[in-house]
Amino acid sequence: MIEVVVNGERRTVPVDATLLDLLGSLQLDPRVVVVEHNRQIVRRPELERARLAPGDAVELVHFVGGG
Amino acid sequence: MTVTADLARDVPFTIGGHTFHSRLFVGTGKYRSNEDMVRAIEASGAEVVTVAVRRVPLDRGREDGILHYLDPKRFFLLANTAGCATADDAIRYARLAREAGFNDFVKLEVIGDQETLLPDVAGLLEATRVLARDGFKVLAYTNDDLVTALRLEAAGAAAVMPLASPIGSGLGLLNPFSVRTIKHRLTVPVVVDAGVGTASDACLTMEQGVDGILMNTALAAARDPAAMAHAMRLAVEAGRTAFLAGRMPRREIAVPSSPLEGMLD
Repeated sequence: MIEVVVNGERRTVPVDATLLDLLGSLQLDPRVVVVEHNRQIVRRPELERARLAPGDAVELVHFVGGG
Repeated sequence: MTVTADLARDVPFTIGGHTFHSRLFVGTGKYRSNEDMVRAIEASGAEVVTVAVRRVPLDRGREDGILHYLDPKRFFLLANTAGCATADDAIRYARLAREAGFNDFVKLEVIGDQETLLPDVAGLLEATRVLARDGFKVLAYTNDDLVTALRLEAAGAAAVMPLASPIGSGLGLLNPFSVRTIKHRLTVPVVVDAGVGTASDACLTMEQGVDGILMNTALAAARDPAAMAHAMRLAVEAGRTAFLAGRMPRREIAVPSSPLEGMLD
C-alpha cells in the first residue's frame, strides 16, 4: 500500500492504483467529479491511465450551492 | 373603445455569444433545503443559476449533489470562484469548473477583504486577463468603481458585475449613480451582483438601465423564498420596463396636473 493525500486527508491505496480505482474505492461517479492530480486537471478518459505514487496530492471537487 | 397599451418591449440580451431571456440570475447557496431552493428558482423564472466549486465529502453518506436538483439542460450553470482570495486560486477554481463540462463561463470573484467581501481589484484584473486569454467568458464581480469596470472590459471580461452593496448584506443599491455610469460607459453587459435585499431594491437597480441582476441571499434568507423569488421576478420586469419607458425628469418644484383654467370665482 502507498500513502496519498486526497482532499487534504491521508489515505492508503494499493500500489499501482489509478485515479479511477481511487474514485471507485470512494464510490464516486467519475461523471460528477472533477479530478486534480498534483495540481494538474485529469480528464475523464485519462483517469484509468493515471497511476498514483506515494505522496501524491489529489483533489476531488464538484458543484455545490453558491451565489 | 378598448386601447391596447403599446408596451416598451424587452428583448433578449447576449453575454459572450450566449443569448439569455431572463434578466434575473439566481444563486443556489444558503437555502434551508434543496426543495426550498428548487421552488424559489422555479418562481424566479431565472435561466442562469450560479454554483460553487468545493471538495467532494469523502466519508459522509452520499447526499444527492446539487445537479440532482438542477437540470443542466434546463438551467445555465454559472460556476463561481467564491472564496478565492488570490488570482491564482480563482484561476485554478475556474479551470476545475470548466472541466465539469457545462460551459466556459465563470463568475469571477477574487475577494480582497474577509470582513466586507469586497473584491481585490488587482487580482481580479490579473485573473480576468489570464482566463479571457484562455477562452473563458469572464463575468467579473467588482465594486461600483467606473475605472475598474473599464479596466475589466479592456482585460477581456464578457460582462462586468458591480455590486449593489456587499455580498449578503441586503442593503440594496447604495450608489445608483455609479452603477448607471458604469452601464453608460461600458460596451459589454452590466449585471449587478450582490446586495439586493427586497423587490424595491431590484426594481430600482433595473431602472438604472443595467442588463440584469444576480441575487442569492435575498431569496434564500427570505421567510418564504419562493414568494420572494416571484416578487423579484416582477420587480426586475417592472424596473426594466420603467427604464425602457423612460422616466419623467425630476424637478424640485410642484407642477399641477389639473388645469388652472375653469376654476370657480
